[in-house]
Amino acid sequence: MTRPTPEVLAHRAHPTAPATGSTPADKTDKSEKAVDKKPELLTGAQVLVRSLEELGADVVFGIPGGAILPAYDPLFDSERVRHILVRHEQGAGHAATGYAQATGKVGVCMATSGPGATNLVTPIADAYMDSVAMVAITGQVASASIGTDAFQEADIAGITLPITKHNYLVKSGEELPRVLAEAFHLASTGRPGPVLVDIPKDVLQKQTTFKWPPTLDLPGYHPTLHPHGKQIREAARLIAAAKRPVLYVGGGVIKAQASEVLRKLAELTGAPVVTTLMARGAFPDSHPQHMGMPGMHGTVGAVYALQKSDLLITLGARFDDRVTGDLNTFAPNAQIIHADIDPAEIGKNRVADVPIVGDAKHVIEELIGAVTTEYAAGHKASITDWWATLDDIRGRYPLGYEEPSDGTLAPQYVIERIGKLVGPDAIYTAGVGQHQMWAAQFVQYEHPATWLNSGGLGTMGYAVPAAMGAKVGRPDKVVWAIDGDGCFQMTNQELATCALEGIPIKVAVINNGNLGMVRQWQTLFYDQRYSNTELGTHKHRIPDFVKLADALGCVGLRCETKQDVDATIEAAMKVTDQPVVIDFVVGKDAMVWPMVAAGTSNDEIMFARGVAPKFDKDDV
Amino acid sequence: MTTHTLSVLVENKPGILARVAGLFARRGFNIDSLAVGETEHPEVSRMTIVVNAEDSPLEQVTKQLNKLVQVLKIVELDSTASVQRELLLVKVRAERPVRSQVLETVNLFRARVVDVSPDALTIEATGTSEKLDALLRDLEPFGIKEMVQSGVVAIGRGSRSITTGPALRAAS
Ligand SMILES: Cc1ncc(C[n+]2csc(CCOP(=O)(O)OP(=O)(O)O)c2C)c(N)n1
Ligand SMILES: [Mg+2]
Repeated sequence: MTRPTPEVLAHRAHPTAPATGSTPADKTDKSEKAVDKKPELLTGAQVLVRSLEELGADVVFGIPGGAILPAYDPLFDSERVRHILVRHEQGAGHAATGYAQATGKVGVCMATSGPGATNLVTPIADAYMDSVAMVAITGQVASASIGTDAFQEADIAGITLPITKHNYLVKSGEELPRVLAEAFHLASTGRPGPVLVDIPKDVLQKQTTFKWPPTLDLPGYHPTLHPHGKQIREAARLIAAAKRPVLYVGGGVIKAQASEVLRKLAELTGAPVVTTLMARGAFPDSHPQHMGMPGMHGTVGAVYALQKSDLLITLGARFDDRVTGDLNTFAPNAQIIHADIDPAEIGKNRVADVPIVGDAKHVIEELIGAVTTEYAAGHKASITDWWATLDDIRGRYPLGYEEPSDGTLAPQYVIERIGKLVGPDAIYTAGVGQHQMWAAQFVQYEHPATWLNSGGLGTMGYAVPAAMGAKVGRPDKVVWAIDGDGCFQMTNQELATCALEGIPIKVAVINNGNLGMVRQWQTLFYDQRYSNTELGTHKHRIPDFVKLADALGCVGLRCETKQDVDATIEAAMKVTDQPVVIDFVVGKDAMVWPMVAAGTSNDEIMFARGVAPKFDKDDV
Repeated sequence: MTTHTLSVLVENKPGILARVAGLFARRGFNIDSLAVGETEHPEVSRMTIVVNAEDSPLEQVTKQLNKLVQVLKIVELDSTASVQRELLLVKVRAERPVRSQVLETVNLFRARVVDVSPDALTIEATGTSEKLDALLRDLEPFGIKEMVQSGVVAIGRGSRSITTGPALRAAS
């Protein structure tokens, strides 16, 4: 075990600073300020900081630079906004995302113009794909220089047009409070998403008046929260009549904080539940009605349930290609109830028989009422046969893995043990690759917002900064990043931020020496021709993750054998005042199973290499 | 594929044209024509967009358009239940010997001559695309030197207006 030197420890800005959360005390403070409506004379930068304070943004992740510099001056004095200086703007963006996903609040990141802003593009796109409430604030060159290819000018509003829910180029200081309030409102309501606010330097510098609260001016924005009664009744009628229903649950259920009502609906109907990659934790894994995750690396039971269903009750999910496989052969006999807050999702990939636009929580609550009415009228088809089939399938094809034949450590075992020892109250983040799929499969999730990952964009490098953001937002929670040796090398510099800012996350590097997921495809589809997937983290131990951890002010641990796994995890759990990195050296040949190969039908799911599950005899 | 005419009411703010056009472009739609102008509410602009598309991709694009924060309302105008017009300016070769023939064609189509020079006439015409196509066909033999056409603008028949409703009131 290595530890940072005392000097490093002494340099930490906030050795034990708990992350700020909005306490009742500062709420009253806010409302008092809100009553005071007399305009004050402030600079644009002061207006920005004041507005962030009023909006309850207690944390901002960012890096200063020329164009945004005026904002950093009043930020220095703010007692309500904590700025966390990251090492790369991508880290700021994913940290804001992790913060938002862990807290349900808006995550805020800040960058300067040009390269600072373009470094935010990946996390903005990531937040867009996964519908995360994020506000990105960027400095821009002075208004008079816009369009002249000025130093560090980039048209970030133009660049992010297709990857933001909305964006702004601010014209004057007077509009700043309204724009920021609108940005927070847009980011966090309806289908959440990232909003970018680009502020020219002169707007930050000039004097302007500040008045709070501003009036929002969004005449074209009216998200539908409450579903149509008629649609709900029609859905309830189908639910009561279905013989093979499935609750197909997506990330929208977590965003809507609808887990509790989902459980009620599930228990009322007795229907099997599947939770997508974005919805892991929306329904307890321990619940007997949970069939697991569907999709490319889903459980055989979950995939089978969707394929053979006669009614998909789709809640806040979007028929992503990684879930449906070949669309033409997806759930061929199922009628579709599709509830989503975004009308554009309904019918996008699969035609809905009963489209429902609304917030998942309201939809589920109203479904509970309508289904109860149907049952009271004596309508309720039996699903006993359906469960007999499903129980048989899940009994025969449980999630599992084989011990590597070469005696190396099984990555799945490591992840399974982390889940067991750390438990379901912690927050887990993941990178993208095999380790991500194993973390989705082998950690048992019991609560919403405890599993954060990059689902839609599949962004390598998400795990560490997202864990940092989650830990800042939920300092009461233990936060583990389950990362790959490839992903970790994209964003591990944020561990320096964690070490200095007192953000004690744990990082389990599942070091298989390779870009494992890509290698798996090369094994299966490219004749084992391993072009450019070997990372050298095994062969050359470059980088040495323990030394790297040490250099970044973290505790570094290494584990190479099955016997040491529990002890290493426990050692990491004992460290509470510093980030910990564990280099789990695991076998390079382990593969993620089950698998539906990209573009093929879910019916062609493989349970393990060369092993197709036998469905025919129990086909309904 | 069928031709669809969309009337899109938007907030009259900078950047909205790029947002709308970008949305079509990203989804591989080719916009046949696009016209933008103010409405009776100065805060509201109206775009008339003509696209060739299958029904279901068009529905998806319409839903995506509706998600743009600055889009207030979208109405598809049926060609039979609406008046659709475009404007044509065309410069036609018209030396003495043929000038009267050119003017006859202009009259036949109820077009107007808006500029005269010794060897050419500039003609202004409004109408449906079909009518303007026919006019061009008849002018072709004289020699078309230059032409410019506006996008289609369209409005529903009858007394009902699409520029009323809560979203519009809020914007104006
Ligand atoms: C930014 C980015 N670049 C490339 C990819 C393609 N990709 C997907 S998984 C993967 C390998 C990840 O390697 P590692 O982090 O070691 O995870 P493993 O699969 O080995 O568990 C790659 C390169 C990606 N998803 N994101
Ligand atoms: Mg790897």
